[in-house]
Amino acid sequence: MGWPAFWEAVTAPRVVASLRLTFGASLIAASINAVFGLLVAWVLVRYDFFGKKLVDALVDLPFALPTAVAGIALTALYAGNGLIGGLLEPYGIKVAFTPVGITVALTFIGLPFVVRTVQPVLEDLELELEEAAACLGASRLQTFQRVILPAIGPALLTGFALALARAIGEYGSVVFIAGNMPMISEIAPLLIITKLEQYDYAGATAIAVVMLIISFVLLFAINALQWWSRRRSGKGD
Amino acid sequence: MSIEVGNINKQFGSFKALDDVSLVFPSGELVALLGPSGCGKTTLLRIIAGLEKQDSGKVLFHGEDASARHVRERQVGFVFQHYALFRHMSVFENIAFGLRVRPRATRPAEADIRRKVHELLDLVQLDWLADRYPAQLSGGQRQRIALARALAVEPQVLLLDEPFGALDAKVRKDLRRWLRRLHDELHITSIFVTHDQEEALEVADRVVLVNHGRVEQVGTPQEVVEQPATPFVADFLDLHDHGPAWLIQAKIRHRGFVLHAVDQELRTA
Amino acid sequence: MTAAIALSTARSASTEEPPWVRWCLIFLALSFLTLFLFVPLATVFHQALKKGVAVYLNAIAEADALSAIRLTLIAAAISVPANLVFGVAAAWAIAKFEFRGKSLLLTLIDLPFAVSPVISGLIYVLMFGAQGWFGPWLQANDIHILFAVPGIVLATVFVTFPFVARELIPLMQAQGNDEEEAAISLGASGWQTLWRVTLPNVKWGLLYGVILCNARAMGEFGAVSVVSGHIRGMTNTLPLHVEILYNEYNFAAAFAVASILALLALVTLAAKTYVEWHFGHDERTIIQEHAA
Repeated sequence: MGWPAFWEAVTAPRVVASLRLTFGASLIAASINAVFGLLVAWVLVRYDFFGKKLVDALVDLPFALPTAVAGIALTALYAGNGLIGGLLEPYGIKVAFTPVGITVALTFIGLPFVVRTVQPVLEDLELELEEAAACLGASRLQTFQRVILPAIGPALLTGFALALARAIGEYGSVVFIAGNMPMISEIAPLLIITKLEQYDYAGATAIAVVMLIISFVLLFAINALQWWSRRRSGKGD
Repeated sequence: MSIEVGNINKQFGSFKALDDVSLVFPSGELVALLGPSGCGKTTLLRIIAGLEKQDSGKVLFHGEDASARHVRERQVGFVFQHYALFRHMSVFENIAFGLRVRPRATRPAEADIRRKVHELLDLVQLDWLADRYPAQLSGGQRQRIALARALAVEPQVLLLDEPFGALDAKVRKDLRRWLRRLHDELHITSIFVTHDQEEALEVADRVVLVNHGRVEQVGTPQEVVEQPATPFVADFLDLHDHGPAWLIQAKIRHRGFVLHAVDQELRTA
Repeated sequence: MTAAIALSTARSASTEEPPWVRWCLIFLALSFLTLFLFVPLATVFHQALKKGVAVYLNAIAEADALSAIRLTLIAAAISVPANLVFGVAAAWAIAKFEFRGKSLLLTLIDLPFAVSPVISGLIYVLMFGAQGWFGPWLQANDIHILFAVPGIVLATVFVTFPFVARELIPLMQAQGNDEEEAAISLGASGWQTLWRVTLPNVKWGLLYGVILCNARAMGEFGAVSVVSGHIRGMTNTLPLHVEILYNEYNFAAAFAVASILALLALVTLAAKTYVEWHFGHDERTIIQEHAA
């Protein structure tokens, strides 16, 4: 496959749409996970409530549950006749078989990454730092923004990057809920499989190459950001 | 500002950290809370700061009950044992923190913050470190930055938890003399916690000896050395064993006190 | 001492949020987890049993389902021991020796985590497919890899490769070489050192890696989907069987088979939690001691 053929293959509207969907939905899902993953980690580390141990163990479910099982379960839930989909349908909100559904599935599979990277850092965070901030007159919110968040920032970013990488490559949990309509809800990994089934090996490889390049650039950027922030705050205590 | 604590009790589970402690810290004095580790001295310091809540008893600031006041509103400068510097902030930003988090109405202008921070850096003689990060500083430098940060909010009282505990012997000695001079300059009511009798006797105006959550004796270094009130005090100040009392005497004199005859009587007390 | 312990565990009033904030945050976090985790998990079992136990049992006992179970077990039975050996070897080499290309090896170990499983599968197609690099030779010798059991096993081995190695590398690095050197100085051979010193020291980490490796091996979908060819009763693993049933609108059967996998996931989590508990008691402390 020459360069012109490669370029033509990866700039075909259907391919571009699928790449945009894959990276867009993955970014949104990883962002949702960054926010809620931090919240879950915070609640698990800082507060006591009934069933905390069980909840803590179940956070890893998306690691352990085969993606196909997650996929059909989420689809059954969020379809128009499903438990949650049925609640949303009267308001005209459709989740399953739309890009929203894809984001839901990607959020599910990326959930443990942020929690599990932030949790140990939050556990090890010296209480003295927060006490020092309080002595200096900072409110809890100010302490969180100015002291806690910068301290767990690198871990949060790592978790975000892991969730993002996982979401970009995800296939099993997405295909069921996606609807897989070309140009609208067809993700790039699915398009690779479609091309393979049509024996278009060159086309499939071209998409794979583009996906790898974009993922690599994204992860490189995140690593660079992290390196920069680590260097700034220095190491040791 | 004077501080008074009255009938303070504090319990951690089955462990009684403070048992009916009442003390007065006169305005402008530098007082040492001295005792073995686990005796409750740090807990008392944290209760005065408002970092810990007493089970019962009162904390009076300038005669007013401050028990209900949140640590944010007590205007205490607290220097932590391990400094608790914010490692993602430069030395400058660490010191400016207390000014920057003030409500908008009372927050100084940026220029005033800069001036104030540089004044404090001058005071602790580390102006050239403003742009460094805590990780790049030595232990003694961190200690002084932590102190400058605590002073930035113009505290009514300065509380120091084992201020020299994490430093090596040489730096310790230099720094505690420096702290003494600084206190003579600022005259801010200060309380520091230590388990090192030499440190307490050399630096403090007044020493409070604490054991098992109770106050054993309060007095000037001279008083506690000359007339230890309980066997614990004599024991803890090392006054009978290999008690080189003349050494303690010399040290106290070094600080301007004159200590008279410390003789055999004291050794057998 | 006691006071210090009490201080470090109990959060003082000065660093605690007001109760209403606490309860709001707990409520939000649990709502999120309920929506995204608990309800989907419960749905699997609910849907599986919706049409009764008889339908459920039929779906599981059906011939194609049984053959899918068999294939999944075979894939796991080969890939888990294989990666156990690879993982220990790789971690041992990386943690205990210095050699050129070490960081390259580290990157390669991470590769299956970084690359989409679909792309992993694609690499096998490009290598072993009819038009692939080895395709003509394989055809000439009548060896079937793609769309056959060997392809599924290969793909599974690939995607599960990092689990054991990743778990062991930090552990072995933290433990250093002291104990091995002591053993060798006492006259132990290399093998004896490995069996009697190195492995016992990392046993919980090893078990942890194996549990995660097994869960992924049995549940892998994307990579296996690409190389399997979806031949019913032949090259169908459990997750692929779920897909086929689902796409045939045989939802009850799909969820019945899925419920086996969900149970497997719950067993995995329980085992993982159990191991973590032990882990926390010995190996984490080793890491901390060495880090300090």
